[in-house]
Amino acid sequence: MMKLSRYVLYDILRSKIIIAYTLFLFIVSMSMFQMEENSSKAMLSLLNIVLIVLPLISLIFTTIHYYNSYEFIELMASQPMSRTRIILSEFAGVSLSLLCAFLIGVGIPIFLFAADATGFALLFTGSALTLVFTSLAFFASVRARDKARGIGAALLLWFYFALIYDGLILLLTFNLADYPLEKIILALVSLNPIDIGRIFVVLKMDISALMGVTSALYKDFFGSGTGVLFTAGIMFLWIIIPLWLAVRKFRKKDL
Amino acid sequence: MIRIEHISKRFKKLQALSDITAEFSKGQVVSLIGPNGSGKTTLIKSILGMVRPDSGKIFVDETPINGDPSYREKIGYMPQIGRYPDNMKVGHLFKMLMNIRNTNESMIDNFLIEQFELKKIFEKPMRTLSGGTRQKVSAAVAFLFDPSILILDEPTAGLDPLASEILKEKILTEKKKGKLILITSHILSDLDELTTHILYMQEGKMQFFYNIETLQEETGELRLGKAIARIMKGEQFSNEWIDEMLINKKDEKIY
Repeated sequence: MMKLSRYVLYDILRSKIIIAYTLFLFIVSMSMFQMEENSSKAMLSLLNIVLIVLPLISLIFTTIHYYNSYEFIELMASQPMSRTRIILSEFAGVSLSLLCAFLIGVGIPIFLFAADATGFALLFTGSALTLVFTSLAFFASVRARDKARGIGAALLLWFYFALIYDGLILLLTFNLADYPLEKIILALVSLNPIDIGRIFVVLKMDISALMGVTSALYKDFFGSGTGVLFTAGIMFLWIIIPLWLAVRKFRKKDL
Repeated sequence: MIRIEHISKRFKKLQALSDITAEFSKGQVVSLIGPNGSGKTTLIKSILGMVRPDSGKIFVDETPINGDPSYREKIGYMPQIGRYPDNMKVGHLFKMLMNIRNTNESMIDNFLIEQFELKKIFEKPMRTLSGGTRQKVSAAVAFLFDPSILILDEPTAGLDPLASEILKEKILTEKKKGKLILITSHILSDLDELTTHILYMQEGKMQFFYNIETLQEETGELRLGKAIARIMKGEQFSNEWIDEMLINKKDEKIY
């Protein structure tokens, strides 16, 4: 499988977009750490950028890449190679290149300025989100027949996970403020990889102490070993399930 | 070598193939002809396993096509439009294909690479190539592994006269070696000297499958274009397309 993904990776790493993305992340992270005196404040700003920008770029880049390499995928399908291998190689190539960009662009500044538990939590969340949204984008683009629909679906997914879902949860908490909702919210949060990533990182920060009783409950849960396993497990499911659905669809698809 | 049994394929509203049965064997050069959208490419893609027929079976060397991709080792395919990853270098493409098929330089057929002088552009990225040069690359890829079945979709479209002659010569050599060659083309004069059998398709149906001698005898015409035109007229098929082809040819003679 590495045979093909090596070339996909090589092709993407030479494209200007991925270099620009790496530089963008690097400059933003560096300037955050330079501007803020307090490195945990900088981490918070950086976290917000990672949670908004990373999913968007992963979705859009993957979708565009998929449609641009459609003819190439066709050529590969005419070679003695199974469909599963083709799509998984493409996934490996795209996700590895996005991961590289993130780990260079954000990882280096974090190593320089905030190499602590919060920093690593942010790197973990960012890497997981990159993989999750690459996987979701593959699912969307394998399902959608044309490019416009594919990119549309990717954007909708981003709106849903980054904006709409939080709004819905907020609505729920406001309307049911009198009930003990902590456990339910925790369950609902697991249905959104961005949210679970945010909670995972925020609870590693000092400011989480300022967020009241709810936060104390979550800190208990997410601070423990089970919490880390839980987050990793949920993220893993968010990577595997869309990817599995994409592979299943791709195997039956007419190219 | 290839046996097609009652295959049908429907794309939403369009019946792309309806109940096609045919058998192609060694040493034949089969020309698939028909108007645009008559299902030629769909038929080719079904043989390559890129399109999954709704019903019917296809056998390559007596093995039915199902999930196993290994039968494609016997097939060389040249697509209608060859597009490759933008940043991949020409040399890399060949290397990658050799890698996938586990072969090395000593085992490949580089006649076309030499004749088209592709070695000169091995260091160029794919995006800088013109359409014609890309066609040359596609042709070289199809013949690279000395496959026993060649499937060429509009091979001479976009090639300059010199390259087109080289390719035709190569097809003739391979024909003499007893390979099965499937060609689709709209340029009937190109097929004249190559073809042994004609498969005419219209609206997804196979209208006839004759060998060239029968066609010439029945129609009393030696030239392929005219012979087909005569058959069309005799059998009352829609013959607008073939008339158009002949009119164009007359125009060419005038200028």
